Amino acid sequence: MNLSYDDADEAFRGEVRAFVAAALPEATRRKVLGGFELDKHDMQGWQKALHRQGWGAPSWPKAFGGPGWTPVRQFIFDEECAMAGAPRLLPFGLKMVAPVLMAFGSPEQQQRFLPAIMSGEDWWCQGYSEPGSGSDLASLRTRAERRGDVYVVNGQKTWTTMAQYADWMFCLVRTDAAAKPQAGISFLLIDMRSKGVTVRPIRLMDGGCEVNEVFLDDVEVPVSLRVGEENKGWTYAKYLLGHERTNIAGVGLSRRAVADLKELAARETIDGAPALADPLFAARLAEAEIALDILEITNLRVISEDAKGDRRGPGPAASILKLRGTEIGQAISELAMQAMGENAMPFDRDRMVGEVAGNRDDAAAAATPVAAEYLTLRKTTIYGGSNEIQKNIIAQTVLGL
Amino acid sequence: MDFDFTEEQQLLRQTVERFVADRYDFDARRKIIAQEPGWSRAIWSDLAGLGLTALLVPEAQGGLGGTPVDALAALEPLGKGLVLEPVLASAIVAATLIESAGDAAASAALLPDLASGERIFAPALYERAARYDLSAPGTRARRQGAGFALDGAKTAMCGGGAADVFLVSARLDDGLALFAVPADAPGLLVQRERGYDGTPVATLLVDDVKLGADARIGADATAAVARARDVAVAGLAAEAVGAMRQTVALTADYLKTRQQFGRPIGSFQALQHACVDMFVASEEAWSAAILAAARCLDPDARTRMRAVAAAKATINRCARLVGQKAIQLHGGVGMTDEYAVSHYFRRLAAIERLFGDTDYWLKEYARAG
Repeated sequence: MNLSYDDADEAFRGEVRAFVAAALPEATRRKVLGGFELDKHDMQGWQKALHRQGWGAPSWPKAFGGPGWTPVRQFIFDEECAMAGAPRLLPFGLKMVAPVLMAFGSPEQQQRFLPAIMSGEDWWCQGYSEPGSGSDLASLRTRAERRGDVYVVNGQKTWTTMAQYADWMFCLVRTDAAAKPQAGISFLLIDMRSKGVTVRPIRLMDGGCEVNEVFLDDVEVPVSLRVGEENKGWTYAKYLLGHERTNIAGVGLSRRAVADLKELAARETIDGAPALADPLFAARLAEAEIALDILEITNLRVISEDAKGDRRGPGPAASILKLRGTEIGQAISELAMQAMGENAMPFDRDRMVGEVAGNRDDAAAAATPVAAEYLTLRKTTIYGGSNEIQKNIIAQTVLGL
Repeated sequence: MDFDFTEEQQLLRQTVERFVADRYDFDARRKIIAQEPGWSRAIWSDLAGLGLTALLVPEAQGGLGGTPVDALAALEPLGKGLVLEPVLASAIVAATLIESAGDAAASAALLPDLASGERIFAPALYERAARYDLSAPGTRARRQGAGFALDGAKTAMCGGGAADVFLVSARLDDGLALFAVPADAPGLLVQRERGYDGTPVATLLVDDVKLGADARIGADATAAVARARDVAVAGLAAEAVGAMRQTVALTADYLKTRQQFGRPIGSFQALQHACVDMFVASEEAWSAAILAAARCLDPDARTRMRAVAAAKATINRCARLVGQKAIQLHGGVGMTDEYAVSHYFRRLAAIERLFGDTDYWLKEYARAG
């Protein structure tokens, strides 16, 4: 039992820190730390910078061009990037479709898609949810009919994050309407430039448009772009769920959020003194930070288990990390709102777009990112398998209920 | 980075688990409770035979020279069995107090008996008015000839009802001093009671208790008391996790067997999710116990304080959640003395308040920065 990182891992942390400090563009860093909106250029630029360093796919094994880092090093990498204000690497290519391609894709699919994910050339989105299929994903109705060498796909996907930027979508479609819901699903890779693909943005309550509806009208998808066997897509989709364990809890991001919160609470006042000195506020802040300390230990326990061998796959560990990580992230954002009180009201989304002006006297510029964060973080307990679904998983797999 | 027990620690854990399974099931425990004094000297001897009383005592004084991580391995299964005998009080807290005081003579005089289990020691550090503040007790010691005389009142809610010797903190001159006071010392009134969790507790009235010079342990006791408190939190956390895990298991079993509306109540999602909340809390508690065990002796004060405070605040929150939801999910039978879950609830409620409640530790955490 030893909670300290060994010297080699500490040296690795130093290496990551130095690289991020040198390679992260200042404009991007300021946007991330200021809570501003990132555009495709910011995110893709960072992906490409990492790729030049050989770190484009931190979670991949060496066989597929990744650095082959241990889970502990991946955790350190994520933590350092988050603390330094680097954009979060989008999971859709790197952590979602890539592991499925590595496990179930053909050699041709692997060669065609994996290098372009790592380099940042190809952007991916996830075609899972539909208007009628959220938590009950297996009820999805988007249909793919086989016609010779192509599938003809018709239906609608929704909540598709970053579809407006995506080159490709990995998509669950129904290929056998007669079978049981889970047994009639296939896993297709769809070129977003295909005829019949229409992307429509959905404006959310924080004013942003990161999610979309994707309409699929007679979209032709070559059979060669089906991953694995027909009607086995549910198996591949489940493989993907629970695969992510090093960063699902978002410990690094929440650490930075706590640091930001402490700065904010030192500036804002309650009864004429900094909010940080108010006993009630300080107690609530301590509760949130303590929960994060404990989450970090739980996260490290899980990845230490993973490091011992291939124990990956759906399981209660990923569910616990998702549950607590999202709850704690939300709690921190609530405290930021509380620290600002009614001063968090002035809201102008346009102030979060473009270059960071850095004028803290501008009420809306100071307040908008705080409120936007509070508003947008409500999504975290809904997406990726809602927290209620995670509890169902734990009830079944651990408690046998 | 390593979250595994060593082979020796695993062996220790299994040994205690087996003892609890063989000798300390719920019926055996109820029989002990049904008789005076509510705990068993025979069981204590058995626990000593397993080496538990010697766990943290240095090898030079007949102990095993163990660490708080060894205590984590041993106390978690004791918590599972709701063991009433004062292992935490004597083998963890008192042993740390004496050893940390750095007094060779006192260590030689007291620790061999503590390690063998011959005498049971309990800390008497807290007081009613001082609440969780250990630094300024109202109990005072004054010099009298070569020795001391003590006056005041102490609480000994961790194992005090079973103690042969109390380790009493008192103000001496402008500092804090620690004294070994036999339970039968003239002038010491020991009110032995049982806690609402069934454990042996005591309150002490200290009325001109005269002690020889050798009763004082070490010089200023501030550091030793703080250290013992931190190690106590780690030990209590380990015990708490065992109790929580068993409570979760009892509750999940009950949900599978209890039928209402023609099916097991565990098929209802509202109840499933409540039970999942208990399970998640028990996992967080284990992380907290690991954090405390690994860091309660950290030389860096801020690291140590943050870890101990985070651990105890988390244990307190999780103990309350697990205990309360367990009763709710059991329904009326959970309230009965006959059902094990009510005993777990009572112990978890006590754990929440021993060695600092949540408000106390939140303040300490905030103070550590």
